[in-house]
Amino acid sequence: MGEISLTELEARAAAAGIDLSLIDLDSIQLPPGDDFGIISDDEDIYQEEQMDFDYGLGNTIVVDNLPVVPKEKFEKLEGVIRKIYSQIGVIKEDGLWMPVDPETQKSLGYCFIEYNTPQEAELAKEKTNGYKLDRAHIFAVNMIEDFNRFMKVPDEWAPPEIRPYVPGENLQHWLTDEKARDQFVIRAGSDTEVFWNDARHLKPDPVYKRAYWTESYVQWSPLGTYLATIHRQGAAVWGGASTFNRLMRYAHPQVKLIDFSPGEKYLVTYSSHEPSNPRDANRVVINIFDVRTGKVMRDFKGSADEFAIGGAGGVAGVSWPVFRWSGGKDDKYFAKIGKNMISVYETESFSLVDKKSLKIENVMDFIWSPTDPILALFVPELGGGNQPARVSLFQIPSKEELRQKNLFSVSDCKMYWQSNGDYLAVKVDRYTKTKKSTYTGFELFRIKERDIPIEVLELDNKNDKIIAFAWEPKGHRFAVIHGDNPRPDVSFYSMRSAHNTGRVSKLTTLKGKQANSLFWSPSGRYLILAGLKGFNGQLEFYNVDELETMATAEHFMATDIEWDPTGRYVATAVTSVHHEMENGFYIWSFNGKLLYRTLKDHFFQFLWRPRPPSFLSPEKEEEISKNLKKYSKKYEAEDQDVSLQLSEQDREKRKMLKDEWEKWISEWKRMHEEEKSLRQMLRDGEASDEEEEYEAKEVEVEELLDVSEEILSFEFGQE
Amino acid sequence: MRPILMKGHERPLTFLKYNREGDLLFSCAKDHNPTVWFADNGERLGDSMLLITASADQSVKLWNVQTGAQLYTFSFNSPARSVDFSVGDKLAVITTDPFMGVTSAINVKRIDEDPSQQSGESVLTITGPAGRINRAVWGPLNKTIISGGEDSVVRIWDSETGKLLKESDPEVGHKKQITSLTKSADGSHFLTGSLDKSAKLWDTRTLTLIKTYATERPVNAVAMSPLLDHVVLGGGQDASSVTTTDHRAGKFEAKFYDKILQEEIGGVKGHFGPINALAFNPDGKSFSSGGEDGYVRLHHFDPDYFNIKI
Repeated sequence: MGEISLTELEARAAAAGIDLSLIDLDSIQLPPGDDFGIISDDEDIYQEEQMDFDYGLGNTIVVDNLPVVPKEKFEKLEGVIRKIYSQIGVIKEDGLWMPVDPETQKSLGYCFIEYNTPQEAELAKEKTNGYKLDRAHIFAVNMIEDFNRFMKVPDEWAPPEIRPYVPGENLQHWLTDEKARDQFVIRAGSDTEVFWNDARHLKPDPVYKRAYWTESYVQWSPLGTYLATIHRQGAAVWGGASTFNRLMRYAHPQVKLIDFSPGEKYLVTYSSHEPSNPRDANRVVINIFDVRTGKVMRDFKGSADEFAIGGAGGVAGVSWPVFRWSGGKDDKYFAKIGKNMISVYETESFSLVDKKSLKIENVMDFIWSPTDPILALFVPELGGGNQPARVSLFQIPSKEELRQKNLFSVSDCKMYWQSNGDYLAVKVDRYTKTKKSTYTGFELFRIKERDIPIEVLELDNKNDKIIAFAWEPKGHRFAVIHGDNPRPDVSFYSMRSAHNTGRVSKLTTLKGKQANSLFWSPSGRYLILAGLKGFNGQLEFYNVDELETMATAEHFMATDIEWDPTGRYVATAVTSVHHEMENGFYIWSFNGKLLYRTLKDHFFQFLWRPRPPSFLSPEKEEEISKNLKKYSKKYEAEDQDVSLQLSEQDREKRKMLKDEWEKWISEWKRMHEEEKSLRQMLRDGEASDEEEEYEAKEVEVEELLDVSEEILSFEFGQE
Repeated sequence: MRPILMKGHERPLTFLKYNREGDLLFSCAKDHNPTVWFADNGERLGDSMLLITASADQSVKLWNVQTGAQLYTFSFNSPARSVDFSVGDKLAVITTDPFMGVTSAINVKRIDEDPSQQSGESVLTITGPAGRINRAVWGPLNKTIISGGEDSVVRIWDSETGKLLKESDPEVGHKKQITSLTKSADGSHFLTGSLDKSAKLWDTRTLTLIKTYATERPVNAVAMSPLLDHVVLGGGQDASSVTTTDHRAGKFEAKFYDKILQEEIGGVKGHFGPINALAFNPDGKSFSSGGEDGYVRLHHFDPDYFNIKI
């Protein structure tokens, strides 16, 4: 490195606003946090900064507190530094530079290292800041960009300007729709659109449309307040009273996945970064933001391996969501599974409950109750069956084990909570005695009853394979698809029997259904038996109260089904994720009447906007459903008005189209007439275009095809 | 409505045309043999006079319909795609494909009354549009030529000078390749079909978009009833991906639309490959469809058809 690099550095420093000669690196105390908690208000600068593809100085670190060495020892020191820092990431070619005092020829006690990526630079800063080379030399490592940023902080403290209070928009305005309609968002091609489901007019009613609104997918927050979009720079949420304004941004470069806490107080974002060294695992960054303030409440960084334990699937070995939130709107706890432990955090301080994780040897899977701070977890069999598998329930924050059930010869377990947290069903696959095959049974926990009684349920034919299981939302029933494809059976059970509320009973079994998925209405009672994908989109709308089929239908090739949050309508869709043709969605009434359909090429997503839970007490809801007739009168009258209006509009539209067409026709006739003589000329005076003016002539054509002679000889008397 | 199935081709159909009297139906397929049928009963014939055919063998041929004799062959240096006689039959417009460095072109030939005097010289050659020009037809009084093709633009050319007069508005026009183009009986308007899953109706003189018919499948062929305000769209999923899915996915139906209201009124199923060609009998009482499956299906309408009310 010679003079040229020095000028280069100076140019760089100047560009960044640093006067190198004035810097006393030791005097700079970096405050914690990436951005000091200050979010830029200046949109343009923010975007420019983020859109920069060249990483700028983001991948360069400054290592200070190095020994000051004379020329002879320069190379040795450089070698040591290179060794330390190339363990962390790939240093760019000519990316290590240790400046030298031109007069004394001694090094200056600091150096610059440029990595291939900002992630590596950040990792190097984290890992080596405070590294003891020897007693006198403890590394102080900083990002060069931080110098830049903190040089800009004005010397004089000025009190922040107090902005006048501006009342925010009503973010739940959509719930006040006079016609009580629901919204949904769709993504097709580059467009993302939000619509009202205007079932009365049998069409979607547009609310908002934007091209390139998101770079991968969109997601509603669990109570429907926000619509989240994903971008290269981070995530953003949108909402508002009349349209969709951007409410907040969450900076997280290359974010891939997001997840809201159930009470939508927090947003978890995830990104995974390719390491420079292909032998290393991907580096994972997870941030937890406060949705309303945009502040990072906690971040987690580490190698992908640390986040990949537990359930299978997900992106690059990580099962998403990594952090699972305890149920309810309080958003009090979140937890992640690790090797031999479950780490439960609380959101007051964003640290571990009791400062330590819950140690459970070999824990495989866990799931929160949807309503209470109760964890259900599953531990598989150990030591060839010496230690049985078990399912345990833990109370948080006390970490008290509420109930435990040991299970023998288990191959796998899957846990299903009922939506009110009243029941937990555990599907247990057990080996037969020969260990060659498995059979399935259910363990049913009654959480709300004293001592949490457990009941064992086996199907009539316990060798039946279980294809799908689903609890009735808010209810006491569940449905199971079992048996063999292509025509399995569907059974319905209740956690109550006629005489005993504490015993499970079978309601009915439907034989030979073309179904592989179950979709309960969110208000219970109704269910769709669906044969998705391989079954070509067979749909059966079933009333579980009456145990009767309301309708059967088909949405050919359907891949997705989603009930609206009220249980009045249901959408079926063919998304291009599975299938390139037939893309689009159908909207049905709860009882299986097709209301309207929309076809869209490259259809990716259909999502109903969720609603917050109703404020009505269960008693009030009961009362309303009992006196439904009284309430429905008004709506029926409205419906009739709408349908009258519709047919009126339709008539008008048709009349308009016809009139318009007549105008064209008469214009064409006129032109045609005008050009008549000219056309005649083109035909050498031959009469005209009209059919009747042709003279019909009968022409008989006789053709001699072939003449041949053949001599036939007859012999008599042969018979 | 029981169709008459005409199996005379061994390869996918490419074009269907009735003669002006409506008693003969001509069909072209990829098997090199244009075939002519009696339009009422579907028997093969073997009192129009002149037939012109375009072929990918880089030739366009004139035929005597009665004898089946070839009268003349125009040779080109790239495959010919479509042909159309002018009013009075004195001119023919022929489109040729881009091929081996030759760009696509619209050629106008003079057709001599005496075939022996026929010359191969082009009266006019128009080049310019990128990609194949799938159809070119004559405008009113032979003054213009209307073309549509791979670049999804409908163009009107001056047939004397070859000057481009009008182009369809890309905002409202087709988004993908135009596969077919057919004129109304009086030539006042025309219908284009496109792989963008729609057909559009245009005014021939002003190139104003009048109607759009949206469907669920790429449109390969279009036809207009000369009798009722109906249009028919044919097509279906691309032949190359047909076998990958259930037969219902293909939707190889001829779809009928109300010409004015743009609403679908019915469909005629039957083909087991995409429909490549459609033609109405000039009397409006029957139509035929030709498919990738090699069949020509000749449909005589039931009496009910003429009483459809919406």
